[in-house]
Amino acid sequence: MRVTVIDYKAGNLTSVLKALRHLGAETVVTDGNLSLVEAAERIVLPGVGHFAATERLDSTGLTSAIRATIARGIPFLGICVGMQWLYAGSSEAPAQPGLAHFAEKCARFSESKEKVPHVGWNSLEIRPDSRLLAGVEPGEYVYFTHSYKAPVTADTAATTYYIEPFAAAVERGNVMGVQFHPEKSGAAGLKILGSFLMWKG
Amino acid sequence: MITKRIIACLDVHDGRVVKGVQFVDLIDAGDPATQAARHAREGADEIVLLDITATHEGRQTLLDTVRRTARELFVPFCVGGGIRTAGDAAQVFDAGADKVSVNSAALADPALIDAIGRSFGAQAVVVAIDARRNPEAADPVRDAQVFVQGGRKLTSRRAVEWAREAESRGAGEILLTSMNADGTRAGFDCELTAAVSESVNIPVIASGGAGTVEHFVDVFGRGKADAALAASIFHFGISSARALKEELFKAGVSVRLPC
Repeated sequence: MRVTVIDYKAGNLTSVLKALRHLGAETVVTDGNLSLVEAAERIVLPGVGHFAATERLDSTGLTSAIRATIARGIPFLGICVGMQWLYAGSSEAPAQPGLAHFAEKCARFSESKEKVPHVGWNSLEIRPDSRLLAGVEPGEYVYFTHSYKAPVTADTAATTYYIEPFAAAVERGNVMGVQFHPEKSGAAGLKILGSFLMWKG
Repeated sequence: MITKRIIACLDVHDGRVVKGVQFVDLIDAGDPATQAARHAREGADEIVLLDITATHEGRQTLLDTVRRTARELFVPFCVGGGIRTAGDAAQVFDAGADKVSVNSAALADPALIDAIGRSFGAQAVVVAIDARRNPEAADPVRDAQVFVQGGRKLTSRRAVEWAREAESRGAGEILLTSMNADGTRAGFDCELTAAVSESVNIPVIASGGAGTVEHFVDVFGRGKADAALAASIFHFGISSARALKEELFKAGVSVRLPC
């Protein structure tokens, strides 16, 4: 299967590409070729760094192309900031809108005695009907590194606790997102990426 | 619950894992790619590869080593040693590293931290600090002296203030090595680790002095470390990440147990 990976110049794509190829996917990277998005079989939007970097998706026309492609039922996976972008926005860059596929907004972790960013391996409380996380053991550990997070809602596929409960994964139909890094989460992460690659409408 | 990370560290020279005391009497300890995969399989939460080759030709060997090691590695992978510019960092990222560790070059030019962070994100920048307690200072721990060039050259910087500056410039983590404890196997410097960890809001990885499971329990508790580096303790099958984590779990430390 072929996966179109969106490059919006926010960090390094090597690890995501490597994991997808390890699972047998053919990867196509684009930073603005809209026809590659329109013809995509699957789309992965990685992302580390600042929410403001997603402005590039708007200026290159990728946002509209992705929106149209998602509407046709093409499976989409956002990773880290790529997941946050699926929401209406983030307090990290209040002037920059997200895709608003999910109506809520992302926000920084609340002030507490705990450190922010949340870095390390934390466990997943998985919604039993999640297709993306099918076969992943309850309580499985995955690798996080982030300071902003999405709220827990009806679309939340997995919840993680750090300072407060937050959405570790979101899923509604063909649109999925993970706050953690499946490409860096050992066997569990590869299983999740594998489920995305096998996802059928 | 967030777990305490156990990070396996591989010292690499000319493309081979080496083990020695203060970088002398180096013993060949295997192939980096094989060793990294084994540690990950045995439950290490992260792999750090520190290149101790100083030569120019060694840089290409390092990039090959990073590429080979990263190929089948699906846990976070940090590479350090000889990264002097944002361009050096970019090459290492391109070869498959998730994070770079900078030490001497960041002290010589602290803006290097900002530059790498801007291009690759704060999560990709680890600032390594080699510090020795300063018996002359009013506070020997907070004012621990920072050294560069593998601990050979003293700088004017102090451990806590340098860690705070690194954080403010966009470092994502601090890798703190106690030169007093390093190589002793008598335990981490928990006072130094706690002083730095409590002064910053980013994770602190404790390094130097690990000899027993109790040392790890201690540095995660009293030392307030978010992660700990295990180097010699893992070599030659002395102990595995799995064995260490099972013992830590029994001692009440939150760890990710490998299945």
